[in-house]
Amino acid sequence: MRTLTHSTSHARSLSRALGLLALPLAGALALIGCAGGDPEGGGASTGGDAGKVSLVVHDSFVDGKEFAKAASAATGYDVEVVTAGDGGELANKLVLTKGAPIADAFFGIDNTFASRLMENDVVESLPADILPARGAAIVAELDGQKAESAEVPLAPIDMGATCVNIDTAWFEKAGLAEPATFEDLADPRYKDLAVLLDPTASSTGASFMIATIAAFGEDGFVDYWKSLEGNGARVVQGWTEAYNTEFSGVSETGTRPIVVSYSTSPAFTVNEDETASNTRALLDTCSQQVEYAGVLKGSANPEGARAVVEYLLSEEFQSGIADNMYMYPIDEAVELPSSWAKFAPLPAAGQSHDLTSKEIQAGLDGWLRTLGDAVGL
Amino acid sequence: MRALIRRPLGALGWTLAAAIPLCFVGLFFLWPVAALVATGLTDGAALDLGGIPEVLGLDRSWRVLGNTLTQASLATALAILLGVPAAYVLYRLEFRGRGVLRAILTVPFVLPAVVVGVAFTALYGPGGALHWLGLDRSLTVVVLALAFFNVTVVARTVGGYWAQLDTRQGQAARTLGGGPVRVFMTVTLPALGPALASAAALVFLFCATSFGVVLILGGREFANIETEIYRLTVQFLDLRSAAVLSLVQFAIVTLALGVSAILRGHSERPNEARSEVRPPRRSDAPVIAVFGATVLLLHVLPIGALVRRSLAGPGGVGFSLENYRALVDPPPSSPLHGSVFDSAALSLGIACIATLIAVTLGMVVALVVSRRPRSRALSRGIAVYDAAIMLPLGISAVTLGFGLLLTMHRPFGIGFDLRTSVVLIPIAQALVALPLVVRTLTPVLRAIDPRTREAATMLGASPLRVLGTIDLALLGRSAGLALGFAFAVSLGEFGATAFLVRPDAQTLPVAIAALVANPDPASYGAALAASVVLGALAAGIMVFAERWRVDAGVGGSW
Repeated sequence: MRTLTHSTSHARSLSRALGLLALPLAGALALIGCAGGDPEGGGASTGGDAGKVSLVVHDSFVDGKEFAKAASAATGYDVEVVTAGDGGELANKLVLTKGAPIADAFFGIDNTFASRLMENDVVESLPADILPARGAAIVAELDGQKAESAEVPLAPIDMGATCVNIDTAWFEKAGLAEPATFEDLADPRYKDLAVLLDPTASSTGASFMIATIAAFGEDGFVDYWKSLEGNGARVVQGWTEAYNTEFSGVSETGTRPIVVSYSTSPAFTVNEDETASNTRALLDTCSQQVEYAGVLKGSANPEGARAVVEYLLSEEFQSGIADNMYMYPIDEAVELPSSWAKFAPLPAAGQSHDLTSKEIQAGLDGWLRTLGDAVGL
Repeated sequence: MRALIRRPLGALGWTLAAAIPLCFVGLFFLWPVAALVATGLTDGAALDLGGIPEVLGLDRSWRVLGNTLTQASLATALAILLGVPAAYVLYRLEFRGRGVLRAILTVPFVLPAVVVGVAFTALYGPGGALHWLGLDRSLTVVVLALAFFNVTVVARTVGGYWAQLDTRQGQAARTLGGGPVRVFMTVTLPALGPALASAAALVFLFCATSFGVVLILGGREFANIETEIYRLTVQFLDLRSAAVLSLVQFAIVTLALGVSAILRGHSERPNEARSEVRPPRRSDAPVIAVFGATVLLLHVLPIGALVRRSLAGPGGVGFSLENYRALVDPPPSSPLHGSVFDSAALSLGIACIATLIAVTLGMVVALVVSRRPRSRALSRGIAVYDAAIMLPLGISAVTLGFGLLLTMHRPFGIGFDLRTSVVLIPIAQALVALPLVVRTLTPVLRAIDPRTREAATMLGASPLRVLGTIDLALLGRSAGLALGFAFAVSLGEFGATAFLVRPDAQTLPVAIAALVANPDPASYGAALAASVVLGALAAGIMVFAERWRVDAGVGGSW
């Protein structure tokens, strides 16, 4: 009898102690539950509510909350935004989650990875008539289809260019003529002046590598990179380190006046009254970048997803792209900030060194490995 | 009869308690990581192990493995060399401001790698104050940066143990005429041996799996296994090779954890020592000088370079608070959703939840692993359990992030997609903080003399009463430090958070990374200022946590 009493009381106190331990855990789970249910920070759900649509974007997207509000008002759907890393990472995540997509629509895959989505059958096609003229021309090139095709796999939303930038003030002070072409960078006059990006670690660097392949061919680009290396070019891991730390045009610690960056970068180095910029993009060294949006296969709400893609192409969204994302809107009718025409021109059609998305998809891994082994990146 | 009834119930209780953290780690860590590795090692439905000889046949894999081991060994040696004087000063000497100094020395450990990378480049890179040393882009800088994070780990692990070390033996040796160096070498050092070895294993683990710092400062030349997994996964989507390297990393981590567990087992003894903490004397001067130089050259210089640059005016000239103003009132070109302070508020909120999870589960784990069962099998089981809980310390963040993506689509019939939910962020951070909480709390419990518990039982206390009045009471005293650590680590956690699919909300370290990657130079300035804010928050939390703990000597020795 005594034993029995003891064991019951024991059991009771045991459950009390376990309860004591479980209490904070339950609290934590409840808190998580609340956080998850928060409509603004909350979990996007694919499926269920037909009024909801979610858009997955890369890390440099515009303010997602503002976007969700504006897009919800414009489309009539309850739009949610989630982020999934930089462009390449986002593409890989979409391929990995094929069949059970993490959102209904996506934005932010550039021409380096666009074919990866198409080849892996991750995207649903879109009606071609939603695109503006420039968009239709670009997507025809991407897809290898005729421009008048009724359906397109992806919608180009904005574009820009990776270009070599120079510190014009530095060259003026040094009394040295400014370089202009790829060949100049290998000229002994410009020895030890350039900062490049490791294409295996940086998407901007990969874009510059693609420009050199377009210019020198698959057989010639490795020799060109070797001549750059021989001319004292420094290769760093990321764009930030190159531009903000090594480049003399923006950083007090920087010592090198030539850097791989964007065609829009000079618009950020203007003086206070925006009359002059101390840096310039070399428009003969550029490679075009196009960012695409699309509808994901397996989406629970394909109509809503299409509506969001159409919103990305609307004048309302397109007119904010330059200020918010430093890219050119795909719709040429949209007005650009006044300083852009002067300091951030886009290379002319035919001036930039481009490859089709298909060529890039087929060759990228091989080029990166070949270059890495040859130059010892 | 009584014993018979009590034992199964006790065992059941312990098993239940042990199961909760194990389920958490199993569900949110082991399953996702296994799923990703399995995806890499299967071809359709069939197992494809061809990748293993293929990847191991590449020169590059061996170079990466060599880099990993070289960097980790050198950094571990340096961290031990500099960490022991730090442990002595911070845990054996008594002086004003000691708690604050201990807390500040913890800051490097919780700073995001991207910030540290930028700080070291600002110091050793072109135009930096120490550029003339010619160390830019060298193995030396990578090793220095790794030591920057880990001296504090050694100071804490060794210091916590040293503080409890019986000083009578050393005093006796001194009385018998031994010089301070001789006494240290022949008496103190051997006594510290297990703690040193355990610290070395832990630091080796941290260094061998370091990601951000090696990526930024090491580049491809000094790539380690972790950055190679990142490159293969994110750049090439080559899951096959990434899975093979993950297995290699797993082997290294398991080895380091095994060594750590064995050595730690010897180091945590019941606390009955008489130790003495005293004010500094003249004979301490050399040790204090080494400690001072470590703090100054290794820690203050890079952080100073960071603070100085955060205060620079436009174009890097003069002083200005412009970068700090941008934190509250973001410029139009800001890539952030809201201000940096919104991100800080979100980070604090998420860190609260992560801390709650990590400390709750950590307490359970500490209670379980501090048991000393008589059965050898059970003891060994507990050691394995301990190691399993530690595993998240050593697995690639990108593997975990991509693994969660594969497994968390409505797991177990949960009604919503967990992959894109904010819920996963505190969970991932709790996974990272959990091992540190366990390492902070376990030594406290292991230090309880089993005879105290036996005596209480003899006097008629039920096992739960013993648990409540002895174990939990002691735990409560170090809980402040564990809370502080969990909080600071969650606040600064970048890797795992960055590889998750995130709802439209940025934690502070992710916001800093976004600012750093933005083309507007003003954003870079704001990133530096935000890094200083993050460092200050972490330091503040650690100062508070150090003050809160009641017993200054025990605990915190991971």
